[in-house]
Amino acid sequence: MTRMTIEQAIHQALAEEMRRDERVFLMGEGVATKRRDLMQDFGAARVRNTPLAEAIIAGTAVGAAASGLRPVVDLLFAPFLTYAMDALVNSAGKLRYLSGGQFDFPLVALSMTGSGWCVGAQHNHNLEAMFVHAPGLKVVMPSTAADFKGLLKAAIRDDNPVLFFTDLALLHQEGEVPDGADHLVPLGQAVVRRVGADVTLVSYAKTVGVCLQAAEQLQAQGIAAEVIDLRTLKPLDETTVLRSLRKTGRLVVVTEASGLCGMAAELAALAVTRAFDALRAPVVRLTGPDAPGASSWVLEQAALPTAEAVVEAVQGMLGDAVVVREALATT
Amino acid sequence: MSAVGMTDTLCRLEAMLLIRAYEETLVEFQRGGAPGTCTSVGQEACAVGVVGALESRDRILTNHRSAAHLIARGADPGRLMAEVLGRVDGYCGGRSGSLHISAKELGVVLTSTIVGGELSMAPGVALAQKMGQGEPGGITTVFFGDGAACEGIFHESLNLAVQWQLPLLFVCENNDWQAFVHRRETMPDNAIADWAAGHGLPVATVDGNDVEAVHAAALEAVAAIRADGRPRFLELVTYRLRGHFEPDDQAYVDADELARWQARDPLQSQADRLLAQGALDADEFAQLREQAAARIEAAMVFAQASAWPDPRTLTHHVYAEQGAHS
Repeated sequence: MTRMTIEQAIHQALAEEMRRDERVFLMGEGVATKRRDLMQDFGAARVRNTPLAEAIIAGTAVGAAASGLRPVVDLLFAPFLTYAMDALVNSAGKLRYLSGGQFDFPLVALSMTGSGWCVGAQHNHNLEAMFVHAPGLKVVMPSTAADFKGLLKAAIRDDNPVLFFTDLALLHQEGEVPDGADHLVPLGQAVVRRVGADVTLVSYAKTVGVCLQAAEQLQAQGIAAEVIDLRTLKPLDETTVLRSLRKTGRLVVVTEASGLCGMAAELAALAVTRAFDALRAPVVRLTGPDAPGASSWVLEQAALPTAEAVVEAVQGMLGDAVVVREALATT
Repeated sequence: MSAVGMTDTLCRLEAMLLIRAYEETLVEFQRGGAPGTCTSVGQEACAVGVVGALESRDRILTNHRSAAHLIARGADPGRLMAEVLGRVDGYCGGRSGSLHISAKELGVVLTSTIVGGELSMAPGVALAQKMGQGEPGGITTVFFGDGAACEGIFHESLNLAVQWQLPLLFVCENNDWQAFVHRRETMPDNAIADWAAGHGLPVATVDGNDVEAVHAAALEAVAAIRADGRPRFLELVTYRLRGHFEPDDQAYVDADELARWQARDPLQSQADRLLAQGALDADEFAQLREQAAARIEAAMVFAQASAWPDPRTLTHHVYAEQGAHS
């Protein structure tokens, strides 16, 4: 194990995969400027600065991916993806299907989002669910350094287009990362971060940390919360969520993204369509508001689900059960 | 003109006749039905002249008006027709229909019906060739229209191709129509060539209804790209003789303008040239037409006999099976 920041984990994943497979190459606004060591190791042909033009960066990645290369494109901030929508959604996501499977699109599109830098709504917009909704695409949004490295390496090796989102508030967070170039985390597998039997808290990216804080506070009240980190949003690991839900009967979904038609809505639908009989309380969604991200620190933070809100929601769900436990504890 | 040259000239007429017969047969078939195909009637010389200048190692990207490019490249009209009818023997198993047909085996890749979509992907295909994928020395050709030249991606694509020195031939079939809007409403005259030149591209503007002129210009551009690896731009001035898609009464089209262009039909021009040269007589011309019609008739029979896709395969091909290439 080596301790490193998430930014370092991303960089290491890129370097290892470029070393492993000469078809892998990197392009984007400033990749050659910012990742000078990759530029020196792999040359200007494989580490390419681009014009400031997201549509053609993404389109070029699609064309290259279908022609035998495995591009990784850095599109910087998630809202910029809207300029690349045609290439990602109409081309990468659809042309495999429309061609009857003649072409594969092994590409990774990197972007950052999330509150914490006060950059405002045109640099901070958790729009990951838009891509979950688009057929043919996979979507990854990890929370730990080990997962960033392992999932990025797996995404680069995947034969499908993968949207890889980095919560920018996590970028400089450190974590233990397994040593060696073989550390892979398969796409489509959630992980149980904390085991508990009373309630299931599901999240991804930085709000996993919010859930873990909440679980700690709930523990002090005698409530055992299970925390699931989805890691991959598509394909969605329904099995891990349903298994937990069947145990706890209570589901709280926590996302920084807004709620309408988002991951929280999808997980609520999963619960009521596949585990209705197991539910002991209505599903709770704690999400960001249907509002653009504000720049002011206070407003930005006000949009985030907090550990306190999670605790309150769980207390509300457990209601009588909590009272009974407290009574038992005092007798 | 040499005997070989005469044969090629005749072949180009034959190819144009086959394309015209294919599209007219489809138009007839779709008459009165649901919205049908976007034809390239009147633009056959563009496809035949350019595609004939390419080699098998080259790659082609096209758009919703793709039948001429595919047939010029040697596509089987039966499999094309089957695709348009949504049958399993189509090039894409019936999933594309007429609008996004690609045929990897022919090097016709990544067809997009999003106007400008083909321009967004073409630099990547050319970049892969430059970075050693595919047969050495291959180039990429992308076909688009004056409508696509109004998209922002047109400029992004040209700029990147020039900056990265990509082996890419841009072919703009300037057919005066952008869906239901005439080009005069959307851009200044000569804008396309000026814009391309502004990006630093060598541009040739050619009569797109003269298949020999198109072919000569394409040969020159292709040779130049192979020699220095840099992109080139062809503007082919032509006209969309039919509507945006079938059926279309073209009530919005200026009758005099349409008549002027009908009089410049690229098939008739090529036939007249051959007749004047004595390389073709009226009977032989009639025979060529009949041969083309017979091939397309057989293609339609094949397509209609082809099975419908199994509905149980609805979600096949959305995602790649993991492990195939990694």
